Amino acid sequence: MDALPALPVAVPLLVAAALVGLAPVIRRQVADAVALATAVAVAALCAALLVQTAGGPVVYWFGGWRPRDGVALGVAFTVDPVGAAFATLAGVLAVAALVYSWRIFEAVSPLYHTLMLVFLAAIVGFCLSGDLFNMFVFYELLSVAAYALAGYHTEDPGSLRGALNFAMTNSVGAFLVLAGIALLYGRTGALNLAQLGQTLAAAPADRLVVVAFLLLMVGFFVKAAVVPFHFWLADAYALAPIPVGVLFAGVVSELGLYAVARVYWTVFSGPLAGGGGLRAVLLFGAAATALLGGVMCVLQHHLARMLAYATVSHVGLTLAGFALLGPDGLAGAVLYLVADGLVKGALFVSIGLVQHHLRDIRELELHGRGRHLPWAAALMALGALGLAGVPPFGTFRGKALMEEAAAAAGHAWLTALFVAVAALTSAALLRAAARVFLGIGAPRDRAPAVQHPHVHSTLLGPAVLLLAGALAVGLAPGLAGRVEVAAARFTDRPAYAAAVLQGATGEAARTTHHARGSLAVPAVLAVLSALLGAALALGALLPRRRPAGRLTRAAGRVWAPTAAVLRDLHSGNVGDSVAWLVVGLAGFGTLLALVAR
Amino acid sequence: MIYLPYLVAAWLFLVGLYGIVTSRNLVHAVTCLSVVQSSTYILLLAVGFERGGTAPIFLDVPVGTKAVDPVVGALTLTDIVVGATVSALLLALAVQIYKHHGTLDPERFRSRED
Repeated sequence: MDALPALPVAVPLLVAAALVGLAPVIRRQVADAVALATAVAVAALCAALLVQTAGGPVVYWFGGWRPRDGVALGVAFTVDPVGAAFATLAGVLAVAALVYSWRIFEAVSPLYHTLMLVFLAAIVGFCLSGDLFNMFVFYELLSVAAYALAGYHTEDPGSLRGALNFAMTNSVGAFLVLAGIALLYGRTGALNLAQLGQTLAAAPADRLVVVAFLLLMVGFFVKAAVVPFHFWLADAYALAPIPVGVLFAGVVSELGLYAVARVYWTVFSGPLAGGGGLRAVLLFGAAATALLGGVMCVLQHHLARMLAYATVSHVGLTLAGFALLGPDGLAGAVLYLVADGLVKGALFVSIGLVQHHLRDIRELELHGRGRHLPWAAALMALGALGLAGVPPFGTFRGKALMEEAAAAAGHAWLTALFVAVAALTSAALLRAAARVFLGIGAPRDRAPAVQHPHVHSTLLGPAVLLLAGALAVGLAPGLAGRVEVAAARFTDRPAYAAAVLQGATGEAARTTHHARGSLAVPAVLAVLSALLGAALALGALLPRRRPAGRLTRAAGRVWAPTAAVLRDLHSGNVGDSVAWLVVGLAGFGTLLALVAR
Repeated sequence: MIYLPYLVAAWLFLVGLYGIVTSRNLVHAVTCLSVVQSSTYILLLAVGFERGGTAPIFLDVPVGTKAVDPVVGALTLTDIVVGATVSALLLALAVQIYKHHGTLDPERFRSRED
């Protein structure tokens, strides 16, 4: 079927339009069923595409406007395994989110389903697009749907403020992307990624190319919430409806990274090649994001905020894999992103269960009140281990690949960063789980316990499905090898251009099977970071019997003011967030100017 | 090459950002965002401008007539549609926020933990 790449975008858009038109006359259950069936269809179509791309990229020219003599005239979807994998991930997360909203998310009209389907269609379109301007259009479409979904609870002022900050900051980011596109178009007269890359590769990088790269990179980093572009994220993700949070934390931030990787490898890898300086700049951003996100995660007592900062932290971690600017690091990053997205989706569903049954989402208020929710407890603890990258979760395989690539590139210190980040984010979640489900730690003044009468055991379905997916990514035999081949193709600009512009089907994928290091060391490190996380969690919970030693007191004297400053900085204010965006743009601009000389 | 449109685009971008950062009224901030966006319109049109070119309507004109680039026109139109959607949504959010807080000043409803 030739039109297969267009279907996972066209179908949800058409269904969404039909749902809007029929909104006044159809019942909620009908909208639920239609939306869920559509999401399942999208996930299946994307999975079919993923299978089809095994033999090489699938290129679809809209309206049949194929390239003439190697010049792209039309608009194309260029589907490769990485893009198809992200689209499939979005489809699976949307299925989980819609199952969850069917059972738990009350008082929704068919307009909610419309927004979700438009959101899904835009994400899929963004992943499949082979045209830079189309990427921008899908980026804006998914963003606008996301703003509306983030502020869906119009009765909650916090959620409205979160949505407003989200929309303002991300719009500025989108305009940076558009400005970058305009500069590239002015230079090359092209918008197709392959054409852009081929034209730019003819000359070494000059200032215009570097500025265009800076604008695109920063614009997409705003969506990915790389420090210091992350200030909008916590309010938007944490206060959005839970099923929306599943998609936000699971795939949306990751799309920002995907876009930077895609644009770098298809367009800029020619003129900016051999950039040890660029690698240093990106690694710096990655380390700052991973650490600040991890620390902020530990500081939270609002379960959804915790997950929001875990997202920031893990975006930093994944950026480190991409920042190595080689196929091996990218393979690890892709594997990690998919597994991590599934784990975070499952965690969002499990805190949704807590919120539904206990009518609260704050760790301290929930002290010991989750004792009768063993399933939610198990899911949250397993999710915390998944975040820590403990085998056999897929996060472990991804992280092991990234660590290996980092060591090969002479950046072995990244392993220490990975251990620290995994310990921090899992510590926050294990601490919350121990407090809520086991009642460990000093209780707070008891609020009257409001219990929801019945426990929907069917609600566990989506969380179990997502966690099982994350385990499957880790356990599937030969998957790591396939991802390595896909990453090698992703980073092969001439082959990409040939496939798009000349219709070359590409020779059999180069076998990049190099002797892979033993997984024993990464496994020990992963278990170690989870244990470290558990120790940190217990340290925060258990009462101190002995008076604090000098070292502990000194650490406390540094820690408390630092934490206060960090909390103050994350004010959730629109102006602050945009001001930090400008600072970050100037900062990354200066760094790039320094290394590009 | 004329530099003026590029300077105007850069100026609009920066002055709009300044407006957002210092804004004490959400409607004003949304308007500033539109100012930031209009810089992208000018940048796009400047990129495709052709001195002495006509509108890109190739009817009743000899082949080879100079015209401005129609692609950037299409991009700008798309951009304007996006801008209208975002502004409408943001203003709707501002209205809802006003209903809750009775004010549009972002300094007066800083978000708190939980």
